[in-house]
Amino acid sequence: MMSELLVITIGAILVNNFVLSKFLGICPFLGVSKKLDTALGMSGAVIFVMTLASLVSSLINQFLLVPMQLQYLQTLVFIVVIASLVQLVEILLQKLSVKLYESLGIFLPLITTNCAVLGAVVLNAKAAPASVQSTWYGATIYGFCSALGFALALILFSSLREKLDLANVPEAFEGTAISLVTAGILAMAFMGFSGLV
Amino acid sequence: MDSLIAVVAVGILGAVLGVVIGVVAKAFAVEVDERIEQVEEMLPGANCGGCGFAGCADFAKGVVAGKAPPSQCPVCAPEDVSKISDYLGIAAEEKEKMVALVRCSGDIPNTVRSLYNGVRDCRSAVLVAGGAKGCDYGCLGFGSCAEACPFGAIEIRDGLAIVHKEICVGCENCVAVCPKNLIVMVPAASEVHVYCNSPEKGAVKRKVCQTACIACRKCVKASGEEDHMLVDGFLVRSNYENPPGPELVEAAACPTTALRVDSEHVKGAYGGEA
Repeated sequence: MMSELLVITIGAILVNNFVLSKFLGICPFLGVSKKLDTALGMSGAVIFVMTLASLVSSLINQFLLVPMQLQYLQTLVFIVVIASLVQLVEILLQKLSVKLYESLGIFLPLITTNCAVLGAVVLNAKAAPASVQSTWYGATIYGFCSALGFALALILFSSLREKLDLANVPEAFEGTAISLVTAGILAMAFMGFSGLV
Repeated sequence: MDSLIAVVAVGILGAVLGVVIGVVAKAFAVEVDERIEQVEEMLPGANCGGCGFAGCADFAKGVVAGKAPPSQCPVCAPEDVSKISDYLGIAAEEKEKMVALVRCSGDIPNTVRSLYNGVRDCRSAVLVAGGAKGCDYGCLGFGSCAEACPFGAIEIRDGLAIVHKEICVGCENCVAVCPKNLIVMVPAASEVHVYCNSPEKGAVKRKVCQTACIACRKCVKASGEEDHMLVDGFLVRSNYENPPGPELVEAAACPTTALRVDSEHVKGAYGGEA
């Protein structure tokens, strides 16, 4: 049980990193990685939403969809649930914790329909019935660790891009081109983790 | 039958979630002072931070709360400030518009430089023996200030930062960034400046820069009793309490062209004789 959780943790953060080996969530990965500050804010928001979405969706899947044999509605239901969940959290945050709202506020709507969030939830639902990941706590841990992996990739990449801004880049590679090349090299570096679990 | 179940199930789910969000939104609604929104709309929205607040929204909050006068926004034109003051019913104060001035005229053709192949950033360059320029006090020309300017008012031409004063709003972001402390705020109405900041002796300056101020005092004499120019060691400065007009540049005939009219300086009209 413990070892299985460890496998999920390491696997989600390093080996099957959402951005660098599953290629989910590339849009925020390229969009908000220009500055470390915004990358940190986005990472926080993703961790928050992904953990919560994993928990709620796996509960819905386990106690509503599976008993009613409505698994074929998974994608539809998950999208609706995640979207309204984020909306709810935003309203609550604004009232209850202004500080948290100000630091995460702009990013929350951005990741409502992000493929990384939906990806984590769908992967949880598709996990083998006997595995830890198919239980609600396993799914939550998987969602949290996947988000940590996303945050790791985003923070690494944004630090690289901040350095790149100061470097002498050949004109043809300036801007998005060099960012994509860097992302590719980073993904190759993460391939070194394969076989770890 | 299956499709009917699916439609009903998703319909119920949607309805439940909709009701929940609606109820929560009503129960947890945050009351926002509508004046804050109105004031924010009247502000420039550039979020430059020149007022000392974290962006225009924060400044609007401060103004409505009475923590700051509307005139604290360096970007607002006087009529915008009075509009905000009228809206909030508080008295507007008049404020003189200030713009940034880079006190250096040493572009590439006019200065001695050594080779520098490092990071193209003034604050990095200054770590390597104070930069590659012969003059220790001059503009390095890598444009840290131009990058800091949220309005694009600073242009780097021939390795020299030049402020376009009609674009400059006086937010002072560039002042803090310059590692050589070259940038000062001067009244926008003044037109004549000494584009040099080196306190060295005239001969030393002249060796490394063709357009340095050598403190010959021709401009001081030309201004006569008027006190338009102030002497500070081996450097002369415009007296911004009593600023000189463009005719002084003509009368003084500055031998190194360090004394310049800003509009002509922007056009690149000086420094050719070297």
